[in-house]
Amino acid sequence: MTNGWIDIKNTDLALVMGGNPAENHPCGFKWVIEAKRNRNAKLIVVDPRFTRTAATSDLFCQIRAGTDIAFLGGMINYAIANNRIAHDYLLNYTNAAFIVKEGFKLPEDGLYSGFDHATQTYDRSTWTYEDGSDSGGVVASHAAPAAAAPGAPKPLPPLPAKVAYDLTLQHPRCVFQLLKQQYSRYTPEMVERVTGISKDQFLKTAELFTSIRKDGDMKKVATIIYAVGWTQHSFGTQTIRTAAMLQLLLGNVGRAGGGVNALRGHSNIQGATDLAGVFDILPGYLKVPTPADGDLAAYLKRTTPTSSKPNPWDSYNYWSNTPKFTVSLLKSMYGDAATKENQWAFDYLPKVDRNYSWTQIWDNMYRGSVKGLLAFGMNGVAIGPDSQKNIEALKKADFLVVGEIYPDETSEFWRSPGITLDEMKTIQTTVYRLPCAGFAEKDGTMTNSARWLQWKYAAVPPPGDARLDQDILAQIFLKVRGLYQTRGGKFPDPILNLTWAYSDPQHPPLAEVAKELNGKALADLTDPKTQVTIKKGQQVPGFAWLKDDGTTACGNWLYAGSWTEAGNQMARRDTSDPSGLGVYQNWAWSWPANRRVMYNRASCDPSGKPWDASRKQVWWNETAQSWVGNDVPDFKLDSNPKDHMGPFIMNPEGVGRIFGPLAAFADGPFPEHYEPIESPVANLFHPNQPNNPVVKKMKTPADKYAGPNDGYNVICTTYRLTEHYHYWTKNNPMNVQLVPEPFIELPVELAQELGIKGNDKIKVSSIRSYYIAKAFVTKRIKPMMIDGKKTYQIGIPIHQGYRGIQEDAGRDARTILNRLTPTVVDPNAYTPEFKGFLVKVEKV
Amino acid sequence: MELSRRTFLKGAVIGGTGFSLLGFDLAPAHAQLKELKIARATETRSTCPYCAVSCGVLIYTIGDKAKNVTPQVIHVEGDPDHPINRGTLCPKGASLYQDILNDRRLLKPQVRRPGSQQWEDIAWTQALDEIAQRIKKTRDDTFIEKDAQGHTVNRCESLAFIGGCTDTNEFNYLVVKTMRSMGLTFIENQARV
Repeated sequence: MTNGWIDIKNTDLALVMGGNPAENHPCGFKWVIEAKRNRNAKLIVVDPRFTRTAATSDLFCQIRAGTDIAFLGGMINYAIANNRIAHDYLLNYTNAAFIVKEGFKLPEDGLYSGFDHATQTYDRSTWTYEDGSDSGGVVASHAAPAAAAPGAPKPLPPLPAKVAYDLTLQHPRCVFQLLKQQYSRYTPEMVERVTGISKDQFLKTAELFTSIRKDGDMKKVATIIYAVGWTQHSFGTQTIRTAAMLQLLLGNVGRAGGGVNALRGHSNIQGATDLAGVFDILPGYLKVPTPADGDLAAYLKRTTPTSSKPNPWDSYNYWSNTPKFTVSLLKSMYGDAATKENQWAFDYLPKVDRNYSWTQIWDNMYRGSVKGLLAFGMNGVAIGPDSQKNIEALKKADFLVVGEIYPDETSEFWRSPGITLDEMKTIQTTVYRLPCAGFAEKDGTMTNSARWLQWKYAAVPPPGDARLDQDILAQIFLKVRGLYQTRGGKFPDPILNLTWAYSDPQHPPLAEVAKELNGKALADLTDPKTQVTIKKGQQVPGFAWLKDDGTTACGNWLYAGSWTEAGNQMARRDTSDPSGLGVYQNWAWSWPANRRVMYNRASCDPSGKPWDASRKQVWWNETAQSWVGNDVPDFKLDSNPKDHMGPFIMNPEGVGRIFGPLAAFADGPFPEHYEPIESPVANLFHPNQPNNPVVKKMKTPADKYAGPNDGYNVICTTYRLTEHYHYWTKNNPMNVQLVPEPFIELPVELAQELGIKGNDKIKVSSIRSYYIAKAFVTKRIKPMMIDGKKTYQIGIPIHQGYRGIQEDAGRDARTILNRLTPTVVDPNAYTPEFKGFLVKVEKV
Repeated sequence: MELSRRTFLKGAVIGGTGFSLLGFDLAPAHAQLKELKIARATETRSTCPYCAVSCGVLIYTIGDKAKNVTPQVIHVEGDPDHPINRGTLCPKGASLYQDILNDRRLLKPQVRRPGSQQWEDIAWTQALDEIAQRIKKTRDDTFIEKDAQGHTVNRCESLAFIGGCTDTNEFNYLVVKTMRSMGLTFIENQARV
């Protein structure tokens, strides 16, 4: 979330789309209700199903799964056509005025400029800004990029230091005009044909949403709230981008009650991302080194952006500090073994030049190259996609280590339904199942959707012989290290030199790890400006103190400030909220630097005055010559508004990106509507380019994809129930009592066509596998007219497996929903397309 | 007159039984207060492990103070001071008590040997020794120091680590430290899906 849970109460209008917070985030959704009650805020819900969130809405649109970009693109078109835009915000805080390089082409035929059909990738060199260096000006020197490895794609040129721009927004190649042209195709008629939302209903919705900018008024604010209904598509990232662009166009980002707000579905996947639990980043969103980097200097050159902006403007370009964050991370990991001479142990980090993401793990295991898997609290078989492929993959592995609190589908893949006793004898995988600790047995922090880090305390020890997860990991690692110490082996250096100076190495106290994440001084340090000094060994007060000369160590620069010399900031419990905006500045700690609303400089006009005096977050204090406020300003504190520094300090442009240049996205600088990989209709925008052109299907025999001609023509989407949590609460008696059985939700009309009544046992099949459960015949999903053709959607909750209270008692069909889902992923985030695949439905 | 949950109950005690100024009978509330089973319990502040709203929860345990006694969880409820959930919990959070005290919990290490049709118990030391040896052997057998172009890559592509959604930040950092140091590139998390 750019904003936070409580901040939703400040909104005038909420668009909830791709999420169902009333059921999946009930205690957070209450803040939408508060806004409705106290501010008379309006709520728009767009979803394939009439959910309980929809039940509280002022306006509901039933949408065909996977057509969100068509809908949001239509909203952009409406906002521009009706001048419902935040003109000053757009001009000063986004790249709307930037001129795009000649040769860039919009995707009228479904393809942007630079597409290579053979490799299914784009040469993105035209996706950039026009160089705006005037004849007398000096072009900032950008050294030529390093020579590419043979066969590797040509490295992209950097963004121009001085960007050509047109503040009248009239230049035919300025971002605003390209945006206008791009979405001029997304007419209300096209929205109706593609999404199934009638033209009238769409116009009503677009009118309501953009009404906050009626007559150019800037006081009102709208928020957009989403969840995995947007991410789980082969164009998920671009859907979210469309929302972000719409919010920039309407001037809603950085403001109380505004923003683009992802509702994370799990307690600490925000933290897992911050800490680089995924292959393609290092802690604090640092980029992973590639083989072609060769050395630290080249890596830092590639990953440290230089500012790119109109010449008279200023850009903080905060990522220019990348070397400080990187060297501090390496010092945190390798301590004294990281020296200037060995490039701070840069060679210790594995180099990454291909996709190692979630579905690739299973694909590589299926192909036999991944031989061992360690799974801690991660039920990969049930999570899918294509659970059967994952089971087949595990059969080929040498060993599997599962750390869990309940018996789960992954650890018991070798006796999953359908495997005979004879087949079991042929499965050679060794499986270790280690009993771990539950949430109440562990201390430490989790990071919520609002970026709050909250310290929790252990209430009880783990039961039986179960151990704390961190202890198990430490003990495995120390045993591996011991083996390398005594026997040697391949490149033992990073293993032998990893810092592990915990007071009890076999049981690392999480408080010590938390302090390590915050970072400390490795030498006496003095701030040259304020002459403030911190001593060697002291915790750093914040990331501004980090150095690239080896005098600081920090596990995650974004978490610097969370555990300072003043103590554990994440354990704070001050409930005061003097501004009344729900900031709660002294409750727990929020990254970055305890800011609660990101990009909050944009809550003020260019002169530094809040757009809305009743919701004052930060402002420029002329007397103090400083930014001050009710929240921590997300800005350079002494940057006078006259200098025109952009509020989006993490972008080299300093402004929000309506146009995503160069390598920002794999599939286009603007979002374009593509159909899901399995779709019942042609792409009405460009029938010759139905799907996202850079998305590749998997190629093992297990990977199958179907279309309507194969007999699969019902759209299926997956969802969660408020009474259950993933594959976990099927072990909890109370939750099982609340919803004891799985079901398949289908429209009355489809049920009638197939002769199905409520409670009938039905079978849903995709080309990959089938799923059996009782029919839940409903009016919550209506048949849709897609391009004049009657189309059905069904929905299935995800929670069933083959181990659980009901499953063990033999009371249900013991099938996993994700046997149905296809292995295909978004090209930017690598998230699988769980939503909007094709099935057929029949009575059992 | 503003009444918080606590002063309301206190008022009920002072007012005693019968009809109070509020106009209805507070006797049940009074009785409830007298017999609150959490009165002598230890209150531990925790965070709900399910979605990312991060509702504050209070876990009440007894027996903590006695030597060699394992504390026993007797009650779990929403934290009324928490600014986000303000004491509320959803049907999942409200049943956390049964997640902590659950007879389906795994209590000892087990192993399923190749070709076997069942689990067998294994001692922790034995399990961890075997796992460490397998990790080392797999890594040593497949470690890639340089790629085809001669670039140093120092990676191990034959092992994968997948982390869960409730792992703490601190655990996640230990994963980064240990797994990246062993050269793993297949490191993924629920965060991806």
